[in-house]
Amino acid sequence: MCDTCGCNITPGNKHLIQANGKLATTESGAAAVDVLTSLLSENDHQAMHNRDHFDKHQVLALNLMSSPGSGKTALLESTIDALKDEFNIAVIEGDLETENDAERIRAKGVTAIQITTGSACHLDAHMVHDALHHLNLAPLDIVFIENVGNLVCPASFDLGHHYNITLLSVTEGDDKPAKYPVMFRATDLMLLSKSDLLAVLDDFDPAKAEHYLRQLANAAPVIPLSAKTGDGLALWIDWLRKQIKQHKHRLASGERITPDIQSDGQHYHSGNHDNKLTPHHHAHDHNHEHVKL
Amino acid sequence: MHELSICQSLLNQVSNLAAEHNASAVENIYLQVGPLSGVEPELLQSVFPFASANTVAEQAKLIISSMPIRVHCRTCSGESEATINRLVCGLCGDWHTELIAGDELLLERVEMRTDH
Ligand SMILES: Nc1nc2c(ncn2[C@@H]2O[C@H](COP(=O)(O)OP(=O)(O)O)[C@@H](O)[C@H]2O)c(=O)[nH]1
Ligand SMILES: [Mg+2]
Ligand SMILES: [Zn+2]
Ligand SMILES: [Zn+2]
Ligand SMILES: [Zn+2]
Repeated sequence: MCDTCGCNITPGNKHLIQANGKLATTESGAAAVDVLTSLLSENDHQAMHNRDHFDKHQVLALNLMSSPGSGKTALLESTIDALKDEFNIAVIEGDLETENDAERIRAKGVTAIQITTGSACHLDAHMVHDALHHLNLAPLDIVFIENVGNLVCPASFDLGHHYNITLLSVTEGDDKPAKYPVMFRATDLMLLSKSDLLAVLDDFDPAKAEHYLRQLANAAPVIPLSAKTGDGLALWIDWLRKQIKQHKHRLASGERITPDIQSDGQHYHSGNHDNKLTPHHHAHDHNHEHVKL
Repeated sequence: MHELSICQSLLNQVSNLAAEHNASAVENIYLQVGPLSGVEPELLQSVFPFASANTVAEQAKLIISSMPIRVHCRTCSGESEATINRLVCGLCGDWHTELIAGDELLLERVEMRTDH
């Protein structure tokens, strides 16, 4: 933790925080402290720290989210087949729906770290950090984090990744973006999975799904694809290739990115971290061992 | 339900503040929780008594306020109110907007009893 790094201290609240600064007193004589910190600040700090790990080794980290059973693991299997000769890939597996997701990934010859979360409904940055201890990032190009199948809770937690990918399978409603706006507003790419089933389902309209996404002021690309038939997969693979390349370029020029999972509004109110480019430097004293390079 | 983990994180922050100011008890905790924060204020209220039991904040009242959702339009530069799943510009109808309020998830203020 870095309670003293000052990233929540703004010109407006600075005086309250410095060395037991002046406290206001309420009518009942109680002391009142104005704070203005995010309720997620513990998680957000851990996430920034995780991102430092990824960035140090030029690894692109992607957070895959969806309802349970929308095809995240199946997509990862096809993706690994398509890219494993080109890139070094690892998977952090957090989906609890099935026990054998990590096994399915390992069967493809790729390292998979299973996060055991008990009954958690989302991954958080601390869980991902624990997983990072079991992963040698140095040789990797990309890490996929398969989140818990849930369209609500994971939306609030920055894991230290760079982009959010949300799968919406065509067996679900095309109005899901309108029903889960927090999740879909923050997505950097929307994949309409199981597109092979579009032929037999007449009530899912990809254009409508995209419309609902735009209504959330989200310009993210939308790709219909099928892990089963391979339809549309090339577009997704191209997107990945482009992101891996851009990420290395960006880091080479000293640029950092954070996902849109954190609040925008807060930046207007408290002048906190810049959401898009966050050269957030602070020392992290480790009292733990990381995988040696 | 992620409100419980958020509540625990809140209580860590509050307990740290209370310790910093030698407070014997926390009386009021003020939060800003926007409609687009991803957190349900009612759920937060309902888990708070369980999460705060045996902490310095166990008697505290949780006071949650919410701001209406507002967007800034990149096309017409206007500002307007919006709804949770329709963040388009209220003036010109364009969807190229930025959220300027409505996703807050902030610990705003803590009132506590100190014995000095
Ligand atoms: N028809 C079809 N079924 C799929 C596709 N992708 C996954 N599935 C099926 O959907 C179910 C859930 O897939 P899985 O990858 O485990 O979903 P996850 O829970 O999001 O990881 C499985 O029965 C898969 O066979 C697809 O592209 N087309
Ligand atoms: Mg899975
Ligand atoms: Zn910091
Ligand atoms: Zn670390
Ligand atoms: Zn406008």
